[in-house]
Amino acid sequence: MVGATAPAASERTDAPILAQVTFTVNGQRRDLELDTRTSLLDAAREHLHLTGSKKGCDHGQCGACTMIVDGRRINACLTLAIMHQGAEIITIEGLGQPDHLHPMQAAFVRHDGYQCGYCTPGQICSGVAVLAEIKAGIPSHVTADLEAAPQVTEAEIRERMSGNICRCGAYSNIVEAMTEVAGARA
Amino acid sequence: MKFDSPAGPNPIDRLKVVGHATDRIDGKYKTTGTAPYAYERHDVAPDAAYGYVLGSAIAKGRVRGIDTASARRAPGVLAVVTTLDTPRIARGVMNVAYLFGGDVIQHYHQAIAVVVAETFEQARAASFLVTVDYAPEAGQFDLAVAAKTAEPVPADSGEGSGGNGEERVGDFEGAFAQAPVTLDATYITADESHAMMEPHATVAAWEGDRVTLWTSNQMIGWGHGSIAKMLGLPKEKVRLDAPYVGGGFGGKLFIRADAVLAALAAKQAGRPVKVALTRPLIANNTTHRPATIQRVRIGATQDGTITAIAHESTSGNLPDGDPETAVNQTKYLYAGKNRLTAMKLARLDLPEGNAMRAPGEAPGLAVLEVAMDEMAEKLGLDPVEFRIRNDTQVVPTQPDLRFSQRDLVGCLKLGAEKFGWAKRNPKPGQVRDGQWLVGLGMAAAFRDNMVMKSGARVRLDSGGTVTVETDMTDVGTGSYTIIAQTAAEMMGVPLDRVAVRLGDSEFPVSAGSGGQFGANSSTAGVYAACVKLREAIAQKLGFNATDAVFEDGEVRAGNRAIPLAEAASDGALVAEDTIEFGKFSKTQQVSTFGAHFVEVGVDLYTAEVRVRRMLAVCAAGRILNPKSARSQVIGGMVMGTGAALMEELAVDTKRGFFANHDLAGYEVPVHADIPHQEVIFLDEVDAMSSPMKAKGVGELGISGVGAAVANAIYNATGIRVRDYPITLDKLLDRMPDAA
Amino acid sequence: MKSFTYERPSTPAEAAAAVARNGQAKFIAGGTNLLDLMKLQIETPRHLVDVNGLGLDAVEPTDDGGLRIGALVRNTDLAAHPRVRRDYGVLARALLAGASGQLRNKATTAGNLLQRTRCPYFYDTAQACNKRQPGSGCSALDGVSRQLAVIGGSAACIATHPGDMAVAMRVLDATVETVDDAGAARKIPIAAFHRLPGDDPSRDTNLKPGELITAVTLPKPVPGTHIYRKVRDRASYAYALVSVAAILGKDGSGHVAFGGVAHKPWRVEAAEADLPQGARAVTQKVFADAEPTHENAYKLKLAERTLGAALNQARA
Repeated sequence: MVGATAPAASERTDAPILAQVTFTVNGQRRDLELDTRTSLLDAAREHLHLTGSKKGCDHGQCGACTMIVDGRRINACLTLAIMHQGAEIITIEGLGQPDHLHPMQAAFVRHDGYQCGYCTPGQICSGVAVLAEIKAGIPSHVTADLEAAPQVTEAEIRERMSGNICRCGAYSNIVEAMTEVAGARA
Repeated sequence: MKFDSPAGPNPIDRLKVVGHATDRIDGKYKTTGTAPYAYERHDVAPDAAYGYVLGSAIAKGRVRGIDTASARRAPGVLAVVTTLDTPRIARGVMNVAYLFGGDVIQHYHQAIAVVVAETFEQARAASFLVTVDYAPEAGQFDLAVAAKTAEPVPADSGEGSGGNGEERVGDFEGAFAQAPVTLDATYITADESHAMMEPHATVAAWEGDRVTLWTSNQMIGWGHGSIAKMLGLPKEKVRLDAPYVGGGFGGKLFIRADAVLAALAAKQAGRPVKVALTRPLIANNTTHRPATIQRVRIGATQDGTITAIAHESTSGNLPDGDPETAVNQTKYLYAGKNRLTAMKLARLDLPEGNAMRAPGEAPGLAVLEVAMDEMAEKLGLDPVEFRIRNDTQVVPTQPDLRFSQRDLVGCLKLGAEKFGWAKRNPKPGQVRDGQWLVGLGMAAAFRDNMVMKSGARVRLDSGGTVTVETDMTDVGTGSYTIIAQTAAEMMGVPLDRVAVRLGDSEFPVSAGSGGQFGANSSTAGVYAACVKLREAIAQKLGFNATDAVFEDGEVRAGNRAIPLAEAASDGALVAEDTIEFGKFSKTQQVSTFGAHFVEVGVDLYTAEVRVRRMLAVCAAGRILNPKSARSQVIGGMVMGTGAALMEELAVDTKRGFFANHDLAGYEVPVHADIPHQEVIFLDEVDAMSSPMKAKGVGELGISGVGAAVANAIYNATGIRVRDYPITLDKLLDRMPDAA
Repeated sequence: MKSFTYERPSTPAEAAAAVARNGQAKFIAGGTNLLDLMKLQIETPRHLVDVNGLGLDAVEPTDDGGLRIGALVRNTDLAAHPRVRRDYGVLARALLAGASGQLRNKATTAGNLLQRTRCPYFYDTAQACNKRQPGSGCSALDGVSRQLAVIGGSAACIATHPGDMAVAMRVLDATVETVDDAGAARKIPIAAFHRLPGDDPSRDTNLKPGELITAVTLPKPVPGTHIYRKVRDRASYAYALVSVAAILGKDGSGHVAFGGVAHKPWRVEAAEADLPQGARAVTQKVFADAEPTHENAYKLKLAERTLGAALNQARA
């Protein structure tokens, strides 16, 4: 049993209950002592000052907080930081930097796959993960034949990216950017 | 610089940088998450405490008491500011509802307290310990009921549409009665939420009696004056900074509760405080596009000439609020001798109605352009042809006023050709593709071109870098890039020699971002400042300013060519100017036009509607950056599709609030809803608009597109739904038998 | 969100005991629904028992040719599992129709069964809701109810179960396996797992306090076309207005359950014999006792037509 804090310590107090967690963010080991209530998103934004992951809704309804955790994209707002002991976390900052853009970031710039920029880090993290999911053979709602390997099509990209809302409406350009990256990689 | 005559040839016409589909210069920051938004300013406010806002649990009434004792005792709590501790705060520019202070509740989720704590988790937890004693009052929350007693009122959206409560030309009733072909139909549009991805957010920090607010705001100039007034401070004591704004769409035109509460809380806590409105609070706490009930009557001769046209719209708002200016475009779009437009306002106790992307035109064209489709069918005319027959080159209500440019017909014809409109079966319900009923629809787009005074400061330094400073904002519109393109063109330097700094109230006051006036007005302001800088440089280098050519990083005249940077070798040169638009700009009607074409599929069984193809053709003057302008247009098309198919703040008419107040309940389009989108810009230059010869385009994309979707649904199914959004439940009873 | 202590036990019995001995404890797995509700203080556990360390993440064949799905199998993995894709298409389709890629990567099989309603009044703590606050009333009855239940509701509650997976499991006759704090195992047929609201809408399921879901088992595959047809306003990332989970033969015979219409996945086995006669014959029986509001009466027609689409697909 890995006990962060003994249950008996809680009583009925409202005092924050702190717990230690260690994980790797963008290749760097991070040791944090956090209020157990801290979401992975707030751990990144408020404690590690990695503000690239955005808080659009804080309820898993927009996708702006998308990070890649242990190889999978998740909504960082709907998970507790302390539940990620030992995890490998990649945020938008870990994909590329302004002078060394990740191919997906560069494709978003080329195709104007953003406007206000607020959903963009989440779109890009999702975009990278979506291409990996298709490559890994994970089906989607629009995969016609469940037993066949899914292909990179516009319909597949659109369905799989639907957990990332862009209110500016850059969807058409985002699909173009992802299609280009998928083609270059294939 | 006064803009008081049509723009002549100027350095922008060289189009070496302007007019090119340039990648955004801020793109590498946005795509790496390094662009700082309001809530993320650890760099400038490193020790900010966290404010959590509480909204009213009643829609109307008074707050009798607020018990904050438990919250104040909660761990980490630094301050609790309640509306009862605070005198009612004055309203800022365009505010209708009061944002904070006093005991009166005007609408649901009105801010009533902010709890400040060391951490976000503590502030959030403590906010639930606050208990409030309300004295609720009955209110009117049902537009359909309130509309019965609505009165005509004049209004100005502040974003380029408006007019008198009732406007008449000729004898509408007489002409309508005599017209051989008539339409009289009533339509409903829904309350809509901006739902921008970045919540309203502010970090406030006081230094003595001065306060800085890092915030998310489209209009720094308005916001600066407003927040100073609200806090009772002279403007010099207040600074607003919004270098990046995560979307606004009209919802961040003005100061909202986040800014006020951050400032009050920071003062009380004695340290910087940051406040973001939580997503479930936004729909009711802030503003929305009001629902409308619109009646359109059109009378025409058998050959399709409109002889009578009337458009009346009723919407609701809080006291002091305006009606939605949904009839505006009907004064401009089609010919017809006898005309009536009217805007009526009903008093409602719902949250504040205010500007949302293309206020007026978005819901107005969503209706007018369906009415035109219905009328075309009655006349047995193709809808494109019907519109062409009623084109006008003068403003129909003011026959002496010509449009500076109006190629609506060109947009319609080119769009029809590119979209394959000729293949459309005019008889509805005829085309099948598997389980899908397929239909095509179109609509005209119109949006006025507003211009606003706009200033900028331009500096040349000894390294040859040109730095532009203006309080203009980039809300996703591409301001950083088109301003850089403008300065590069004017100063004859490559784009990477230009730095752009935006959104700071210490910079010259710009047009700001709204009403699709931002791009043209703010770049014109940069143009003006650059003209001054060129004069200073020419003088410094001993050139005659009128002869000097700024090109390739040099200043040239005659045989002399001197590197630009030399002008600043012994100190930077700085110039500042403001473009001002005189009465001259009213001597012609400067507007933007377009045409939308949409193909939809409607599921034969479930009546789900899915958009399959979209095309917009836009005539909007010079396009400063076709890449970012195209994005503005497709973004408008997405939002208009949302309005047509799914967006509706669901009113609980008993309890007085929008019930679906989060992003799961209020559905906006997702990736899967939007197909590949095509945009064509007509090659246009409008010398009446500004020295840039550009016009707005950011709201043209949303104007009319909803009607094109609705008309496509009709063409697919033969079912006319006059109640937006066109969700499947409104189609289902009339769908053909599928079994 | 109230502060809470946190533990991560290593066996199911330990986990069940940890929750059973603390009246304010909850299990957390994916957390995608629980944390959402905790942020709004709709759920206020003071102790979280993180079950992610329990294993329970295998998908294994059963002796009778069925499939045993560990409680912690993520939605993505379950939908992508070769056996599920081959033999239980209705389940794969239902999973893939739910939520978003990000959420499916976190959400678990057990957690998905325990999803709470999306009724707007349940989510708004300023409003009356018997499910959230027993005895406070139901604002939905005369409020915004377009998404809500048309059948099986009560004067106390018209909430719907919002999930897709459970609807497929209902048509598959799945069994929910649990363990309690004493280590006793129990098997609950999916039909008896979710409750109707009655006069106690606060309880969504028939689980006992501290009872932990360990697995869901599926009987051996049912031949036929596996269909999950989810109808929603937008094309993805939305809750069902109506959904149909069906396993149908070419003659239309088979099984069907409906989602988005009731407090639980809705299936009336007695009506299934009428499937070859077409959708209307079935839905007339399935929804015979429906009591829709004026806002959600469309769901009856929609259910009929959606089943019609499924029948058409099966016959093709």
